[in-house]
Formats: sequence, C-alpha cells, structure tokens
Amino acid sequence: MNRTRRTRDSAILIGAMWFALLPNVYGQGRGGPPPGPPPTPKAAAPIDLTGYWVSVVTEDWRFRMVTPPKGDTQSVPLNPAGLKITNDWDPAKDEAAGEQCKYYGAPAIMRNPGMVHITWQDDNTLRIETDAGTQTRVLHFGNWKPAEGEPTWQGDSIAQWETPRAGRGAPPPKSGNLKVVTTHLRAGYLRKNGVPYSANATLTEYYDLIQGVDGNPWLVVTAMVDDPAFLRMTFITSSNFKKQADGSGWDPTPCSARW
Amino acid sequence: MMKPPMFPMLALILASMPAFAEIDLSGSWVAYLHEDALNRGSGPLPVDYLGLPLNDQGRTRALLYTASQISMPERQCLYYTSEYLPMGPFGFKMWNETEPINGRTVAWHLSGTNDRAPMTIWVDGRPDDSKYDIHPIGGYGTGAWEGEVLKAKITHMKAGYIWRNGSPTSDQASITFHFIRHGDMMVVISELVDPVYLSEPFVVSRNYMLSNTNIIRPIDTPCVPGEEATRAPGEVPHYQPGKNPFVGEMTKAYNIPQEAVLGGAETMYPAYRKKLKDKYVPPAKCPRDCGYGAFATSASQ
Repeated sequence: MNRTRRTRDSAILIGAMWFALLPNVYGQGRGGPPPGPPPTPKAAAPIDLTGYWVSVVTEDWRFRMVTPPKGDTQSVPLNPAGLKITNDWDPAKDEAAGEQCKYYGAPAIMRNPGMVHITWQDDNTLRIETDAGTQTRVLHFGNWKPAEGEPTWQGDSIAQWETPRAGRGAPPPKSGNLKVVTTHLRAGYLRKNGVPYSANATLTEYYDLIQGVDGNPWLVVTAMVDDPAFLRMTFITSSNFKKQADGSGWDPTPCSARW
Repeated sequence: MMKPPMFPMLALILASMPAFAEIDLSGSWVAYLHEDALNRGSGPLPVDYLGLPLNDQGRTRALLYTASQISMPERQCLYYTSEYLPMGPFGFKMWNETEPINGRTVAWHLSGTNDRAPMTIWVDGRPDDSKYDIHPIGGYGTGAWEGEVLKAKITHMKAGYIWRNGSPTSDQASITFHFIRHGDMMVVISELVDPVYLSEPFVVSRNYMLSNTNIIRPIDTPCVPGEEATRAPGEVPHYQPGKNPFVGEMTKAYNIPQEAVLGGAETMYPAYRKKLKDKYVPPAKCPRDCGYGAFATSASQ
C-alpha cells in the first residue's frame, strides 16, 4: 500500500517538475521544430490588424488637426541643424518642388488624422493604406530584400510578429504585437510645419491591439524615430486608432503642404 | 519512518512557475514628453479643451475653474487621482508586492509624485470593490495579464481633473490601463470613462523608458499646506458662468476657432478638420511656448 502510494506521489512530483520547467526550456529555444513547414506570417498572426481604423486625436491636437505655426517645434527634440531647417520652412517652395507629401512619409503618416485600411497583400505582406495623402505602406515579413533604388516616402519596411513564450505543443499564441523597422526613407517632415527628418532616419514601430471598455478594438502605434542628423534623441510618439465597422468614413485626400 | 514532504514540495515547485506570459514591469520608468509637452509640463492654457470629449456639464464645470483654487489651504494637498498618471509630466517607479509564503505577485504598485497619489493594482484575483466602499485618492485597482500585457482597472477614485486647467473628472469615473513593455520602452494606454463629464471614453497612450540612473522614489515629499493668499473666509475662487476671461486666449494666440477650443467628442475625429479648414489660418509665426524646451523627458525636469 505504502509502496503504491509512494510511486503515485513520485509520479505526481516528477510530472509537476517537468511541467514547471517547460516554459524555461522553451524560452531558451531548445524545443524541436514543429512538424511541417512553418505557418505563413498571415496564418501565424497573433492579432488581427486588418480592417478600417480611424485615428482618434486626443494628443498633440494643435500639431495634428491644424497646421501649426512656423517655428513651433514644441516637444520635438531637434538639434540645431533640425531647428534651422524648421525655421526655413516654406510650403510654397515645397509645392514648387513637387514635395507636397513631405509630411506623409512613414515617420509621420500614422500621426496624420485620418483613416487607415489594413489588409494582407499576400501571405507575407501587410498593406496599410491611408486616406490622408492617399499613401500606401507595404510591410514585408520574412527574408524580403529591398530592391535598389531611390528612397521613398514610405521607405522599406521589415515586419515581424512578437509573441509571448509558448510551450511545446501549445497552440500559437493569440497575443503579441507587430514590430516594424523602416529605412531607406526620402527626407520629410515629422510635422507639417517643416520639422524635419533626414534620409538617414530609422523608424521603429510597435503595433499593439487592445480591447476598449465597450469591447471595441483599439490599435496603438508607437513610433520611435532615430535621426542623428536632426534629432538629439529618439523621438517617441504613440497614435491611437479605433476600429470601424467598414470604410464608410474613408475620404481620400491628396497630399497638401499647407493643410 | 518519516513521511516524505510530498505536498510542500509540490506546492513549492508549482509556486516557482511564473504565471503564463507574466513579465517584469518593475523599475524606474522615465516619461518621454514628446506628446502634449506643454500641457504635461508647465501646464495647458486655462481654456484649452482641444480633443477632450467633454459633455456640456463637463465643459460648464471646467469653465468655472480657476487655478487660484489650489492656493486654498484646504486644497493645496489634494492629490491628483490615478487618471493623472498619463497626463502629468512625471515618470513612475513600479514594483511588485509578493505573497510571503509562495512569492507570487499579488499587486503592482506605482509610485506617487508630489501631486499624484500612489496607485496599487491587485492581481491576486480579488473581486471588485462594492459601489459603497470608500474612494481613496488613488482609487481601487485590480488587474490581470492578457498575454504579456498587464490590464488594470481603477475605480473608486475621487473627483479630480484631467488637465491642470480644471477639465474635470467625477467620482464615478473609472480608468483602464494597459501596461505594454517593448524591451526598455513601455507604452501605457489609458482609457478614461466618466458618465458625468465625458460623452465618450478619453484614450491616450504615453511612452516611458526604463532608467538605471534616474531612480524614482516610491513616494514624494509630503505636502504641507500654508497660507498663500489673503481672501475672505469661506471664499472659493471660481468664475461665474459665462465670465471666464480666458475663453478667447487660445483663439487669440493660435487662431484656433473657439468652438474647437471648448472641446467635445467631435473634436477628436479627423472629420472635424473639415469644419476648421475654412476658419483656420496658421499664425505667421509661433506666438509662444515654441521650442523643445526642457520637456524632453521627466528626468530633465
């Protein structure tokens, strides 16, 4: 009797120890690969970013909803070179040069008030369209390599899912976030009044999804801009979007250097 | 023969397991003031409700406010409540409280500042407070992990202010926080719901960086009230309805139409720009508070 009980207790103990060690083992990446090919980024998506989202402007209202006055750089950590460019801002000059879209590049576009439409272009590519400035961002997963060429407003974006640790045999996590790193940017503006970023800027973004109190999803996009040419430190902002049932508020407008 | 200590061992092993996806949020988190720097730093203009979903009652209450109120000895040490965490200039220290037997985290604490009460978020599964319970200044907080995100709801707060210009919150307000860590950067998303003064939830997101050099204290220097002004006994500084002298200040400085300055849910949405387009002309040059100033991070203040 005692022997049976001891055996049973030992089995429970060993089972518990094995279970307790699981997260650490897999946190070190020592688990074997799952059978079959890995799921595509679309299939592996821990969160669903697709759909129409409207920006909700509760922050930096004066710098986003209207064009701020020339020279107003409040809260942007510009260095003297960046400040000089800001003070030289001339929207007529931008228009004449065909550069009305300087405030619609990747480091600023999610800050623009408007709607964004997120879709899967294919199994490895997420696409973000904006009605403000009628821009399209293309986020590439996997081993995508950018083609040579001139820098663009939206640059080259590499995306990856970041998910919590999961144990062997566990289903794919249904929480996590999207991380996107964008380079090869055409020089543009962080704000419409000429606050600049250079062509050497790097944009790192985190896309987080939360559920609001009313059950409606919210998307929060945190943008970190590193630009040694014009910024003293990493410039960090986060922009909030509310999920829309459809695209009924979709209102494509061209880039504007003034409004 | 002694019986093997099977169950204490089992309990110890199970207790050593981290809750699924729970991560460490502890440390000193410095606020990055790259959004709303003026409002969070030296403070907003007396009447600036841009992007605030105030209802008529909230707007009326806000317009009665004068900052002279906080010179009253009775009000000098009234802390801001928890909704002020993302609205103020300061970072915060965060640490966990553990159960003494098994070491599990039962609560997360957020430090207070010299004007905001500390906050506790219970994560041990305790129930929400009864609606009849007291309203401590920091409110009553409960939370749970959703993946690697700590979600917390704060209720039972005292009436307070959203911004330091008197835009109000009632004691019926609640706030839901999401604490999301990306490496050494944390995003704090807050959703303020107030059935009394707001017509829609007020959502903001803020950014903080983990600091090894800027050690934030769990509590700040105690507030000691004193006489700061001479006024008649019982006098409470305020503006009579329709008499706030600062209503036009924002319009005068930045040309922003007054109807926008007075806020409302409509002003939060991009479609509102259409109403502004023919009314707004940017000032020829920045009239005030133009530079980056001293408000890069809370560490620089």
